[in-house]
Amino acid sequence: MTIEAIGTSYARTGGLERVTGAQQYLADIKVNDVLQVKLVTVPCARARIISIDTSAAAALPGVRLVVTADDLPQPVPRFGPHAEDRPVIAVGRVNYHGEPVAAVAAETKEIAEAAARLVEVEYEELPAVVTVDAALAPDAFLVQDPAIRRPDDPLAETNMFSEHRFGWGEVEAAAAEADLIVENTYEYPMVTQFAIEPHGCIAAPDGDGIVVWSTIQHPFQLQKILAKVLGMPLAKVRVIAPDLGGGFGGKQWPNVQPLCAFMALKAGRPVRLVMTLEEAFQAVRRTSAKVHIRTGVKKDGSLAFEDIVSNFLVGAYADIADRVVSKGNYLAAGPYNVPAVRIIARGVLSNTPPATAMRGFGVPETAWAREMNLDDCALALGIDRLEIRLRNLARYQDEFVPGDTPADGRWEQTVQRAAELIDWGEPLPPNCGRGIAVAAKSGPTTGLSYSIVRLLGDGSAIVFSGTSDMGQGARTVFAQIAAEELGVPMEKMAVVMGDTAVVPYDQQTSASRSTVLMGTAVLNACRDIQGQIRSVASRLYGVDEEAITVDRGVVRLPDKELSVVEVAKAGLGKMGGEYVGKGMGRKDAVPGHPLQGTAAFFEFNCTAIEVQVDPGTGELTVLRHVTVGDTGKSLNPMQVRGQDDGAAIQGLGHAMMEHYIFDEHGRVRNLGAIDYRIPTSKDLPLELISEQIENGDGPGPYGAKGVSEGAILCVAPALGAAVRDAIGVAIRDLPLSPERVWRAMRDGK
Amino acid sequence: MSDRFPLDLTVNGQRHQVDVPVYHTLLDFLRDDLGLTGTKECCVVGECGACTVIVDGRTVNSCLMLAVEADGCEVITVEGLAVDGKPNPLQRAFLDHGSAQCGFCIPGQLMSAQGLLMENPHPTAEDVHEALAGNLCRCAGYEQITEAVLAAAEEVAP
Repeated sequence: MTIEAIGTSYARTGGLERVTGAQQYLADIKVNDVLQVKLVTVPCARARIISIDTSAAAALPGVRLVVTADDLPQPVPRFGPHAEDRPVIAVGRVNYHGEPVAAVAAETKEIAEAAARLVEVEYEELPAVVTVDAALAPDAFLVQDPAIRRPDDPLAETNMFSEHRFGWGEVEAAAAEADLIVENTYEYPMVTQFAIEPHGCIAAPDGDGIVVWSTIQHPFQLQKILAKVLGMPLAKVRVIAPDLGGGFGGKQWPNVQPLCAFMALKAGRPVRLVMTLEEAFQAVRRTSAKVHIRTGVKKDGSLAFEDIVSNFLVGAYADIADRVVSKGNYLAAGPYNVPAVRIIARGVLSNTPPATAMRGFGVPETAWAREMNLDDCALALGIDRLEIRLRNLARYQDEFVPGDTPADGRWEQTVQRAAELIDWGEPLPPNCGRGIAVAAKSGPTTGLSYSIVRLLGDGSAIVFSGTSDMGQGARTVFAQIAAEELGVPMEKMAVVMGDTAVVPYDQQTSASRSTVLMGTAVLNACRDIQGQIRSVASRLYGVDEEAITVDRGVVRLPDKELSVVEVAKAGLGKMGGEYVGKGMGRKDAVPGHPLQGTAAFFEFNCTAIEVQVDPGTGELTVLRHVTVGDTGKSLNPMQVRGQDDGAAIQGLGHAMMEHYIFDEHGRVRNLGAIDYRIPTSKDLPLELISEQIENGDGPGPYGAKGVSEGAILCVAPALGAAVRDAIGVAIRDLPLSPERVWRAMRDGK
Repeated sequence: MSDRFPLDLTVNGQRHQVDVPVYHTLLDFLRDDLGLTGTKECCVVGECGACTVIVDGRTVNSCLMLAVEADGCEVITVEGLAVDGKPNPLQRAFLDHGSAQCGFCIPGQLMSAQGLLMENPHPTAEDVHEALAGNLCRCAGYEQITEAVLAAAEEVAP
């Protein structure tokens, strides 16, 4: 009767559609009478718009609508998850290369593209800031007009969007007593999510409301933002979020959706905008960073203090980047017991594409600096680099960040396993090196997810969930939880997602939260049904409810065991019917907490890399890449491996080849797939090993923790350490391109 | 933009005789004119491989080929892989090995893999990496994709 669904590597729910081409992504959805939208931009990062002449574009046959800021409600609404700073369309000025100044809707894509070229924008190009140093220079102009900053914002007259201060202990006192202090500056490049599915949006008038299909990780947040800018009640704004062709954080928050919504309402017809890959590069990216770090240690290798100043370069609008800055830096001192910590973390505005969430959410940027610096300490003290980590690593239940969730795993097991798998300490051939690094990322600090589960009359079941499945496999995991609890086989499970008019509220799909928070909601919805089955069994068999238990598909009566499904069927009369269960998963805010809440769990990872450096060219060959994560419990090991393998390789892309290049106009020069390289099947480590530690110590169903980001967190420092081990020189900028490695070898620094 | 061409070709075993706009790529034709949306569009410059199809036995990026160039050709898309409505061994292997994560690149990966197995029924892992090097997967499920291709080859031609 019990189905051992948990811990089983079921094929992906929705997998058949993905291998047959039947999966309907946004761009595959056909909407009748739809107009095609093309955006108009200017070829520089910062400009004053003098005039926009749309007459030639509007006169082109087949063009139905051309909009500029003048055609929208005044003042033009602004929106954003953090600050309402981004206008629906550029108003009077352009603040980054790619910001739309006008948009055309036409009967065909070709006409829309032709019309967009006919929009005449007269503009005055202004100098742009695209680096941390330029933005923070004393004479730098302001990226954001103080008028759009919060009225009481003390930083409004600067290019700092925010400054966060975290820490504990007395850093200066600890510095006076440290035996060694290592101080360096590290840079993390500007990289982009590069989902293979282009971003897109279809918006259509729907009676006195609107329906919007979009590539969006947070359909309920998009619904809320649209309702606000359109002045509509939530009930009249329906967001449909088809499964995503990759998100990686880049599809969390709206950018062009409000514009599309206004255009649909103005045209009185559906409109459709599917971005080009180049436009996606201009719409979303990861925060780049410049991190200055001072690490103090005692002779025995124990950490005395960490003193960190992080400047994260965000874009012209804050999007969710300020949260990346605060959350990514909150754990900048790492998963270690450090007696004194001082962290100053700034979000620095610039005339660059808006930085938003990306896998790892600020942790890779700080882990790069901290772990490289810790190796400097180990090497200077003559302590093994593995040993210094084990010495300082937080042990189970240590409150390594005072006042926050204690260490929720036996992390030393993770580190020791990674060391074993990389043959730590074994001799290496010439030009080869090993590195090891650790990092922890805080899971969600607040969260709210509802689920509805319906056990149908024939013993099949449907899970309703507002989570977005973008490849992480949430559908499969939710089906497994319900299969386990209701005793319904996987082939009789359906999972419905991605429609705010159909599924109940889910705050968001981010921070590797869904298995834990939505998983708990699904589990609780099944428990609700189990309770109903208990009442039914009591009525059917004349037994007191207290004498009956229902668990994992089985109804236990004093004298017999029955399946949940058979009791459920017996309990339904001639009219048929079904059982509807409701469940919630919740993580409450903590008033006064620097992140508004404690960590629901930590994603802890240890990455160890063995690399070979070509002494002639600086080219790297990753001989072995080991990634070990603490998952608590892997509900679907095959999917967990997919997440870990994928995050590891994505991390190698960041560490070895990816970065935006700007020209003198503040334009991104390497937009698109030709000039911006990501890993292919030819760039893989010769051996990639991902393993998981499972002690059932997570807060999610069956002891699970979130898993999707861990394996990207400390790839860069593990690789950087391996390269240093091979060539004897530390490189503190990324990516570790052949040229950079070759120069380091040549210059010896 | 009104120039049209009378195209005559076979897609997944079915003959089509249609007038297509001369500027339509094979990708546009498949997706917009035939409604076969299994073939995906991403970079449109022949770098990502999401639009890979098989034309007369050879894999091509359908974004780089005009529809008119496929006149008289036999085209196979991901929709044409299934046999009697059931996934073929390659598709089955992709399912069983967890190769599809978000799934967006998978039609292209499958077509490149199908093209490889047509030419080389006993590939090594290195052969698979080489043949699929033009198919980007940002989920980076390359390991599980390679395992699936090797398993399918073993099943079809042991």
